[in-house]
This record gives sequence, structure tokens and C-alpha cells, in this order.
Amino acid sequence: MAIIRYAKDNYDLEENQSVLDCLTHRGVALPFSCRSGVCQTCLMRATGGTPTEASQQGLKDSLRLQNYFLPCVCYPDTDLEVALPDDADAQAVIPATVKSLRLLNADIMHVELESHAQLDYRAGQFINLFQHQTLGRSYSLASVPHQDDHLHLHVRRLPQGRVSGWIHDELRPGQTVELRGPGGDCFYIPGDHAQSMMLIGTGSGLAPLYGIIRDALSQGHTGPIYLFHGSRDLNGLYLSAELRELMAHYANFNYIPCLSGDDVPAGYASGRAHDIAFEQIPSLKNWRMFLCGHPEMVRITKRKAFLAGAAMKNIYADAFNVSQPL
Amino acid sequence: MSQQDSLYEQIGGEAAVNAAVDIFYRKVLSDDRINAFFDDVDMEKQAAKQKAFLTMAFGGPHNYTGLDMRKGHAHLVARGLNDSHVDAVIEDLGATLRELGVKEELIAQVAAIAESTRNDVLSR
Repeated sequence: MAIIRYAKDNYDLEENQSVLDCLTHRGVALPFSCRSGVCQTCLMRATGGTPTEASQQGLKDSLRLQNYFLPCVCYPDTDLEVALPDDADAQAVIPATVKSLRLLNADIMHVELESHAQLDYRAGQFINLFQHQTLGRSYSLASVPHQDDHLHLHVRRLPQGRVSGWIHDELRPGQTVELRGPGGDCFYIPGDHAQSMMLIGTGSGLAPLYGIIRDALSQGHTGPIYLFHGSRDLNGLYLSAELRELMAHYANFNYIPCLSGDDVPAGYASGRAHDIAFEQIPSLKNWRMFLCGHPEMVRITKRKAFLAGAAMKNIYADAFNVSQPL
Repeated sequence: MSQQDSLYEQIGGEAAVNAAVDIFYRKVLSDDRINAFFDDVDMEKQAAKQKAFLTMAFGGPHNYTGLDMRKGHAHLVARGLNDSHVDAVIEDLGATLRELGVKEELIAQVAAIAESTRNDVLSR
């Protein structure tokens, strides 16, 4: 008989009982609705053991790869340790050494971290970086495993930002910090190498996209890749030289820097990144989309991309929500 | 197809639901009569809910009760959800199935199932 482990308690799974029933029948409060593996309200993650194939049907590839599953249709023969998707405690705290800090532009700091334990992540995912035990923030990884030795973050200084202010003003190379992760389902999945890809990012939303693009190219993606990076003015853009170099190296990669302000020099597109993207490529049928940065941009663009023909399963989005200052 | 095949099987089962969900959701979001109700929702979660709804409307396996329907739509009824909006959804559902080449007699059966949830959806 299989045992289900949840929040440090063990529950015996009865015959023909789903993981959801096993937990809820014993008083565990969990969200659920359809109880037939469709609505995904009860989504959980296996942190130990392997969920059944049937319980992962219909889930996005990026969730499946991270052992997410639907407990309402999961009838495992072997033990499972499970957690809710937003249960941060399910991941261990990992110490890391600050290797380097350098400004990418006036507001964005490139932070290089050497993790003390192997961090099994995919380019484009995020980690939570802690200033102290109860004060942490999510930052996307711009690095690519097996390509970059260390973890790279692009940290934008926010007005009154407690953690970003600390990173910009106080953090020094050699210091040890704590992190948790990885998380997020915005990453490249190999398989369809010829698929067209569009990536739209504003501000430090470039971080995960920079990782995703280099990951895709190194895995031999052959389809066209379009990156639209937007900012108000020239000072807000960064890594332009690196991206132009990448473009010179890979014929299928296109970098379109976009400026929404009034002063737009030659070589830059004039307008907001998502507007320019839809202007240049109006039909997105069969395209894979990556959207990162300002929450409102991500929300609007997700909807527009879907209406322009992109399938829901092909839209990967990461909205950079900002914590309200206390 | 034999006479015994269920509506769900005749339409094409889970594969049909998967084919229909994006088309249906696109129609709903493009429909000015109802799209304001979907402005603030998480699209990913909403698509999963649409899938659950289609599975039920196609006569497929589900565990929804009238009470679930009431609870799930109460906040929308408070925002003014009424018969005209349910009509629009059933219309979009029919147009989706027509686009997929489903026969009219089956579409009528699907519409009837969707229709049967009307009073619960509108908290009546």
C-alpha cells in the first residue's frame, strides 16, 4: 500500500483511492473542483516519487517536467511526497557566494552567485533570494546551466525596494546569501526545433529571455527566434552588444530593441515592444511565445497573442509583480 | 458509429475537447457581449475551466453539481450576469462545434446540456 506524505504527515492510501480523496478525507484542506482531472484547481507537485502518467495528462509540458500532477486522478502504486504549488517550504535553503556585481545600466545590477549545492534549474526559471529569513524576492535566472558556471540575475533597483536596495547598495563580492528555488514554468523545452519563437520583455524582463534564447540556440533550435526588448529610452536597454553579437552568430536569431519614448535613434524600433511585435508578426499560429516583465504588459500581450492564434499551451509568461513597500 | 455510442464518444471525446478549447475561448474573448467578465482572470486557469465546461457539455465525465455551478458564478451574477450572457456562451459554443465540423444534431444535444445549467449559473 502506498503512503502519501504531505506537510510532514504520512497518510495511507486506500485501494482505489485518489491522492486528493486520501488527503481530504482525513481533513486536509486542499482546493479542488471538478474531481475528474480537467479543471486543474487541485494542482500539486510531487517533491518525492513519481506521479502517475494519467495524473499529468493535459498539463503544460513545463509543469509535467517539474512533477506537477492532478491528485484527483492520481492512483499511485508507490509512495509519493506531495506539496501545494506555492509551498515554498518544500524547497531547501541553499547558501551561495556572491562572485561579482556589476551594473548593466543605471538601474540594473548583474549579480553572479556561486551556489554551494547543485541547483537543478532551467534557463528562464527564477530563484528566491533572501536578505534575511523572512525577507526574500524572486529574481529570474539569466544564466544557462552547463553553459554558465554561476547563477546570473539582473536586479532592477526599485523605488523603496528593500531587497533590491540592499543588493545594489550593501551586497559585496565574497558575501554569502541564501536562496531557494528554482521555480516557474517559463523555460525552453526541446522537441520542436523548427518552431517559430517570439520573446517579448520589458526592463529586466530580459533576464529570463536572455537565458531562454541562449538555451534554445545551444540546443540547436533552427526556427526563427525574435526578441523584442522594450524600454522608454536608450538608457533602459542593456546587453545590446551581446545580443547583436548573438545575432551575427546565429542567422535565425533577430533582436529588435524598442524604445517607447520620443528620442529614437536609427537602429531602434519606435513604440512599445508588444505593439511593434504584433505589427511585425500579426499571425502567431503555431508560434511559441515568451512574455516577461511588467505585469500589465504581460497580461495584455498574453491575451493578444492568444487571439492572434498562439495556442494557450505555447504561451509562457512570467509577470514581474512588485511587492508593495511596507 | 453505433446507436449506443454516447454523445461524448460521438463528438470525439477528449481529443475533441482539446481541439475545441482554444477555439471556444478565443470566441468568448472576442465576444463583446461577454468578454468584460474575463478581463481580470488568469488565462491559464480560465482555459482549464473552459475545458472542464466543454467536457461536461459534450456529455463527458465530470463531477460538477448544481451547487458547484452556483458557487462558481455567484460573483459574476453580482456583476450583472444574466440570460443574455448565457445565450452568448451557448451561441459561441455552437459556433465552435460548427467550425470543427460537428453535426447539427449533436450540437443541439450539447446546447441542451449547457442550457440545463442555466438556472444554477444564474443563481435562480
